[in-house]
Amino acid sequence: MAEVETLGHEETHDEHDEAHGGPIHHHGPPTGFIRKYIFSIDHKVIGIQYLLLALFSVFIGLVMSVLMRIKLTWPGTSITLLETLFPQGAPGGVMTPEFYLSLVTMHGTIMVFFVLTTAPQGGFGNYFLPIQIGAEDMAFPVLNMLSFWVTFVGLVVLVLAIFAGGNQGWDLTPNLGFPVVGPTGGWTGYPTLSAIGDKLNVPGQGTGMNLWITSIAIFCIASLLGALNFITTLLNMRAPGMSLMRMPLTCWAWFTTAILALLSFPVLLAAGVLLLLDRNAGTSFFVPGGLSGGSGTELLKNYDGGSPILWQHLFWFFGHPEVYIAILPGMGATSHILSTFARKPVFGYRAMVFALFAIGLLGFFVWGHHMFLSGMSPYTGMAFSVLTLSIGVPSAIKTFNWLGTLWGGRIRFTTPMLFAVGFVSLFVAGGITGLILGQTSLDLAMHDTYIVPAHFHLVMGVAAIFGMFAGVYFWFPKMFGRMMSETLGKIHFWPTMIGVYAIFIPMHAMGIVGMPRRYSQFTEIVNGKEEHIYKFLTSTDPLVIFVTISAIVTAIVQVLFFFNFFWSIFKGKKASDNPWEATTLEWVTATPPPHDNFGGKIPTVYRGAYEFSVPGAPDDYVMQTTPDETGPNVVTAGHGTIKGNGDGHNGHK
Amino acid sequence: MDTTVTSSSGTVGRADKTLDAFNARPLGGGRGGLGDGPGGPNGKGPGGGGQRDGWTPGSYRIGVLVGLASITMMFSALASAYIVRSGLPGPNDWQQTTIPSFLWVSTAVIVASSFTVAFALKSLKGKNDAAFRRWLGATLVLGLAFISSQLLAWKQLVAQGLYLASNPHSSFLYVLTGLHGIHLLGGIGGLSYLIFRAWRRAEVGARGEAKLKAFADVVAIYWHFMDGLWVFLFLLLFLWR
Repeated sequence: MAEVETLGHEETHDEHDEAHGGPIHHHGPPTGFIRKYIFSIDHKVIGIQYLLLALFSVFIGLVMSVLMRIKLTWPGTSITLLETLFPQGAPGGVMTPEFYLSLVTMHGTIMVFFVLTTAPQGGFGNYFLPIQIGAEDMAFPVLNMLSFWVTFVGLVVLVLAIFAGGNQGWDLTPNLGFPVVGPTGGWTGYPTLSAIGDKLNVPGQGTGMNLWITSIAIFCIASLLGALNFITTLLNMRAPGMSLMRMPLTCWAWFTTAILALLSFPVLLAAGVLLLLDRNAGTSFFVPGGLSGGSGTELLKNYDGGSPILWQHLFWFFGHPEVYIAILPGMGATSHILSTFARKPVFGYRAMVFALFAIGLLGFFVWGHHMFLSGMSPYTGMAFSVLTLSIGVPSAIKTFNWLGTLWGGRIRFTTPMLFAVGFVSLFVAGGITGLILGQTSLDLAMHDTYIVPAHFHLVMGVAAIFGMFAGVYFWFPKMFGRMMSETLGKIHFWPTMIGVYAIFIPMHAMGIVGMPRRYSQFTEIVNGKEEHIYKFLTSTDPLVIFVTISAIVTAIVQVLFFFNFFWSIFKGKKASDNPWEATTLEWVTATPPPHDNFGGKIPTVYRGAYEFSVPGAPDDYVMQTTPDETGPNVVTAGHGTIKGNGDGHNGHK
Repeated sequence: MDTTVTSSSGTVGRADKTLDAFNARPLGGGRGGLGDGPGGPNGKGPGGGGQRDGWTPGSYRIGVLVGLASITMMFSALASAYIVRSGLPGPNDWQQTTIPSFLWVSTAVIVASSFTVAFALKSLKGKNDAAFRRWLGATLVLGLAFISSQLLAWKQLVAQGLYLASNPHSSFLYVLTGLHGIHLLGGIGGLSYLIFRAWRRAEVGARGEAKLKAFADVVAIYWHFMDGLWVFLFLLLFLWR
């Protein structure tokens, strides 16, 4: 029967296709374990693979953050396990400053790239974008598989960076005692440390740094493949009737994110190539002349004339869109979930779409605000500052529209709803300090103090994580066919919500006092007594302890989530096809969705994505597939026939 | 599934007309069309429409255009770095390399290859299979000649004692030609596959033809882009400053 496809994978079709008399699917369900679960080209499996990769990564990143807090609070403390794992990084179990810096680097890199970029976009986007637009799969399924596995290789290389080799070159000798620490350049990898650290014998800046850059380059390629697929799928694979303005806001968010990734990751890739050459081929793109080696000799005379600021420009041209890549899918999920559980249409759908695009667009013109201290002209700084502050406008549009969506709704406080509301709260709380830091005059004083980590953790770290939590609790029933425990979910929510504020609000105060970032400790032992090196920080002592305890408690609470997640996969209550009484296409199909998403039928879409509480409708929600009486008389799937809907309720035109 | 709908504003699938022969349903602009208006009368009916087999001519074209946007960003970043680096004050480390003569050859060859690939596409549309294969073959030869010429240009640089790390201009010269070469190798891969398919069709019938046309189309787009990109890089490397 079916022909063999030419350009994608070569796989014969089974009778599944003919049974429905429908058109040919471009891939039938695979039967072998490996094709089904490992090298799968099914976007749903790939989405779950991305999620599991992110879950693994977030666990590592979380442990690292707790270690950092311990070092900051009790610098002399000895942890036996650390000595076993990292005899050089933590001799006697006490973390060295280099080890602390490598924790900073790895925590940042893992969280930004392998959690905040992979889970919301690669995970949820992969799983739900094709379903929500009524497609059977991504436009290029093999490319999709490739982008996951390239990401996986990137993660392996990154983990190797912690453990592999010596301080110089590409020494990949496996060292069973894991004697080295990872790269210490921070997630921004600024030269000259990242470029010539190995020449100066800085621990972790040899092989580790090479592997770190390689890992990022690999990740760039994976993200580019993914973004290409997302954009093509969304533009070309929508079901009949799924006009752009009928799409769920999640799809708009994934689409905008894909555009950002598509245009920003190549810049980082280019910069990474140049940095690798500076390190290994002796070029001088980023390394200035006149540097001497560690012993004060003329060791580095072959470098001349490069500019570390050039790296900063290239990096942040990527780096700022990157933080929107992390947060935009969370915004989409929040809009989606708020509307569903407020039983109201999204307030100002069109404005939400334009605000997403405005944020994405402006994100490309504000990278300079990360570099106010790099000696840029005040006029340039002014321009970047004004552009940065202007992002407040679309952000406020989104926030007020979220509030407008909630206003007067019949709110159902389910766990996903709680996390979505939490997202709004964190986004506002974290975003507001963006307006402070975006001003050159204030940033000059506050740059590289704790107010910066406080700001970005709230707004793009924790808020994005809350978006993911909301997404997991919301979509879990569709993905795994079972409900997560609501009770455990709520017990998970409240300590997490309070905990993250307890961690990050005091950090603002520390920053204003002047506590610098990236320092591994602020005390030294004088005459057998621990004393502050910087006396003005003495007042922050109670805050530091409070933050650390909050961090440890909040981290432990996450065990509830992991438990709930894995327990519910096997033991959760069976989920119906549409447990939340939501309207979009993923709730039209079976739970979990069949291999081709809609069981051979093609949903036809008749209305916008958020038709809740439509006057005259029998239920308080109308599925996107429910035809109008006046529309073509076709019922394809889902909720059956709702009649008498009348005119004027066909969505957001 | 009865989509009695006129195609919604389809700026994507311009090549779709060719498919009507075998496709009972109008393809519309891709699936849902790019416009935000619903397709049906009074904005109530379903828009879009199309065959649900995971392939439309639009997907290749969108895919390659999106990919080229990304490649454009990468080379824009490198070009910006080049411009910034060339203007940095300080020790006079920047030594402008004279144009290796083989780069002229490369430029001529790749510009010529743009013509051959255009002729190939024209032959395919004129249903002249033999000419199609011939022009594709010529393009492939020219592509390989370009790569060889670039390597010979590198050899000329080495003969002058100019290596990757010699000075910033030579660094950029190697990096830009190298990265362009890698991307062109991708084009050569696509071209080779196209030639293979031109000899041995994967699918017969109108659908197979449409698929081949769509693939030939994107290979040509990519190839022209690589040509233009090289001309840009050539001008940047030797005319800037």
